[in-house]
Amino acid sequence: MTLGAFISQLLQVAIALALAPLLVGWVNQCRAWLQNKSAPSLFMPYRTIRKLFMKDAVVAENASPMFRLSPYVVFGAMCCAAAIVPSLATDLPFASAADAIALVGLFALARMFIALAAMDIGTAFGSLGARREMFIGFLAEPALLMVLFTASLISGSTSLPTIVEALARREFAIYPSLAFAGVAFTMVSLAENARIPVDNPATHLELTMIHEAMVLEYSARHLALIEWASALKLFNYSCIGIAIFFPFGIAQGGDWAGVLGAAPALIAKLAIGGFGLALIETLSAKMRIFRAPEFLGTAFLLAVLAMLVNLLLGT
Amino acid sequence: MTDTGLFVTLATILGWLAIGALGLARPRDLPFISRGLFPAGAIVALLLGFAAMMAIGEGPHSRVLALGLPDLPFHVRIDSLSAFFLFLLGAASAAISVFSAGYFRSSEGTAPGVVCFQYHAFLAAMALVLIADDAYVFMVAWETMALASFFLVTTEHRIPEIRRAGFLYLLIAHVGAIGILLCFGVLQGGQGDYTFDAMRRVQLVGYWPTIAFLLALFGFGAKAGILPLHVWLPEAHPAAPSPVSALMSGVMLKTAIYGLLRVTFDLLGTQVWWWGVVALALGLVTAIFGVIYACVQTDMKRLLAYSSIENIGILLAGIGLALLFNAYGKQLLAAIAMTAVLYHALNHAFFKSLLFLATGSVLHSTKERSLGRLGGLIHRMPWVAWLALVGTLAIAGLPPLNGFVSEWLLLQAFLFTPELPQSFVNMLVPIAAAALVLAAALAGYVMVKFYGVVFLGRPREASLAYAHDAGGFERAGLAYLAAGCVLLGVLPVTVIGIIDPVNSLLIGATALKEGQGNWLLLAPINPDRASYSPLIVLVVIASVVLITIQLVHRFYHGRVRKAPPWDCGFPSQTARMQDTAEGFGQPIRQVFEPFFRMERHLPSPFDREPRYAVTVEDHFWYAIYAPIARAAERLARIVGLLQQGRISVYLVYSFITLIALLFLVR
Repeated sequence: MTLGAFISQLLQVAIALALAPLLVGWVNQCRAWLQNKSAPSLFMPYRTIRKLFMKDAVVAENASPMFRLSPYVVFGAMCCAAAIVPSLATDLPFASAADAIALVGLFALARMFIALAAMDIGTAFGSLGARREMFIGFLAEPALLMVLFTASLISGSTSLPTIVEALARREFAIYPSLAFAGVAFTMVSLAENARIPVDNPATHLELTMIHEAMVLEYSARHLALIEWASALKLFNYSCIGIAIFFPFGIAQGGDWAGVLGAAPALIAKLAIGGFGLALIETLSAKMRIFRAPEFLGTAFLLAVLAMLVNLLLGT
Repeated sequence: MTDTGLFVTLATILGWLAIGALGLARPRDLPFISRGLFPAGAIVALLLGFAAMMAIGEGPHSRVLALGLPDLPFHVRIDSLSAFFLFLLGAASAAISVFSAGYFRSSEGTAPGVVCFQYHAFLAAMALVLIADDAYVFMVAWETMALASFFLVTTEHRIPEIRRAGFLYLLIAHVGAIGILLCFGVLQGGQGDYTFDAMRRVQLVGYWPTIAFLLALFGFGAKAGILPLHVWLPEAHPAAPSPVSALMSGVMLKTAIYGLLRVTFDLLGTQVWWWGVVALALGLVTAIFGVIYACVQTDMKRLLAYSSIENIGILLAGIGLALLFNAYGKQLLAAIAMTAVLYHALNHAFFKSLLFLATGSVLHSTKERSLGRLGGLIHRMPWVAWLALVGTLAIAGLPPLNGFVSEWLLLQAFLFTPELPQSFVNMLVPIAAAALVLAAALAGYVMVKFYGVVFLGRPREASLAYAHDAGGFERAGLAYLAAGCVLLGVLPVTVIGIIDPVNSLLIGATALKEGQGNWLLLAPINPDRASYSPLIVLVVIASVVLITIQLVHRFYHGRVRKAPPWDCGFPSQTARMQDTAEGFGQPIRQVFEPFFRMERHLPSPFDREPRYAVTVEDHFWYAIYAPIARAAERLARIVGLLQQGRISVYLVYSFITLIALLFLVR
């Protein structure tokens, strides 16, 4: 491990931490434009997080240490994930410790902790949210894994940097397996990031909320960490999508000059991706919770189909 | 090269039997049994585990014991495969014995001394199964194991359901034993020599190897709980005392896996590729079935029993994959799949024992097994709750704990399927991988339900306020298993280094190559393809968590106010408004409705006391077992016609039989 690789690793995590709230702000802004509303400031998420850190934490009387530990674990898992996904460079020393399967495992770890914390207080909402979150997760997780497997089969590796290097070297063309995988990945990302049509991040309506129901009891610094972790999750998913489907421009090799060069490309891609997300959210309506398995089942089948197509047609 | 491993194993068996006999001598002396005998059994188990671990790397050693029938002495043998499973037995049962020291009390049922005898006889029988080197010893030990565990399951034999569960277990165990017996009959190939050495030499031809494989799958499948022979697991596990459940689920099921491996990879010289497909398909169906049923259970031990079925399914799928690769000559991949199987067997022994023992502590402290009457135990039983959390995360297959390592290895084996000659097998492998990850994701759902309903939230019954934490012995047992889960999770390369001789024995290749990866980095094929280092992941997550806590508290503050939970403007919320176990499983029940046989009672709007009731039953019970039971009854009734109760009629029977024999034999 060279010093340059180490620096690019740290730089990437730092950029992810810094840019993640901005991405959320950007999506909100685009959505407001598309819906003909006046948009909040682009930097609103930063202010929210800062405000939450300042406040006194209010914790339910019967909360166990699990409740207070979980936001940190969720945040830690998302930081690790940000260190694995090549968003700027492919020379990531930490990525050899955890590959694509471990990445899905890290997401699952975060999901499990947040669901357990939601059940900890013992309110009806908490357990409702936990149940729904796990319900979404049991189909979304395998679908995500299948998408990553498709990319792994093409590149012959489950290590994300290797996948990106292999995919970036190919000439630009539409590959049928990646097309299927792309659709599946978009659907999974919507579900996993609590977006319309599966969940609505802006709602607190009892009947429909999933993610918000789980974090209802959180306040102040705990909520700030959870919000930041959610933003980081959206950022990570966007970067996974970019890494698999549009890997061009990511610095290959470890010099941090290349990393800095890759940053504008990343920001441009994120901006387009964020606009796309806002567009999907604007154009679709929230589904009933029991339609979600159909939605995610479709995603899962598409992802499996992508693997099969890949095997049938070759890469 | 000395056969220390074999010697220690035999000494262990004798030691356990001696401990059991001491228990029989003073059956009601509880302090002597719980403070003396069970810890002694644990020490013996630890010695066995250590000696067996040393023996995994050594070549086979065999001995002939001057026991058994005249002209039919006992052959025993230890090789890498036996040594690995002996290691599993010793390492897991040590903790269970320590836990038992604090668990067994005087009760209505069997006297503690007798339980102690049965328990140690069970352990000794399992050890003997693993070193048996002829069909005779194997069957004797196998049946002893079944009987000892039957008596242990029916410890509380005054309760009718427990007797019924024990009977069902015994029945299926014996049906399975017939399969194993027939399998050995086929394997000896008409030579009349039932030692395993002779079986290895016999070259079966034609359909015979396949028949032997299917018989082994049936016989060992009955013990392991492979579909559709799984029905005894969810009955027997709740009935048995928790340490016994832990032993049966954590260790005994693995003896069935051992038997299957022994027959297919060692005794049978040849392997046919489609056996692998059969095992893979059956394993995945079992896994998905088990996990879906686990989602809807309302009894915590039944839930864990179904989760055991799931894990056995995963093991069988891994064996199928190893068979498939081995039959096509892809030894390296077969070795990886086999490593995943063995690793998962070891993992399951640790985390499933941990969870079963934790349910035992909960049961002791609350007298309650139903998930609907538990809750909030993390406040009253912090030790049990936090240690069980390790097991919960491990069984859900989350990094950096041990469940993830075996899952990772298995997925690697799936993913790097090279071009196999049959194209439909090539197509099958990704679909199988999809089914496997689906089962793994559902396991997460099950475990959130299990842990959340039992330990988190608010107590659903007032009596739970008096729950007390587990005692010292129980804590020690749980802590040992939890530490095992963490160690197996973060040191995969070391563990695989220990397991690898089994691969060279069974497959002729090793999963780890020299110079690829190091003790920190697991890279089975080569580091470019895939690598995983759980220790680094653990350290990074832990340090991020600690640094974040420090930074947040330094830059802002650590002030906390306690307040009642937010009630949504509805102040009369009670603990009963939390999700019940039924409620938590409801989405799964709805999505997978055709899988279940459900009877629902919905209240009408006009009921004065509206009640909702749902029972979920197993289709297999009605589709397979009930018809067989009916047919058996009908047959018995027809045979019963012969029974007249008059001696003259019986004399006529004898007369007819004699005439018939004379006529036939002449």
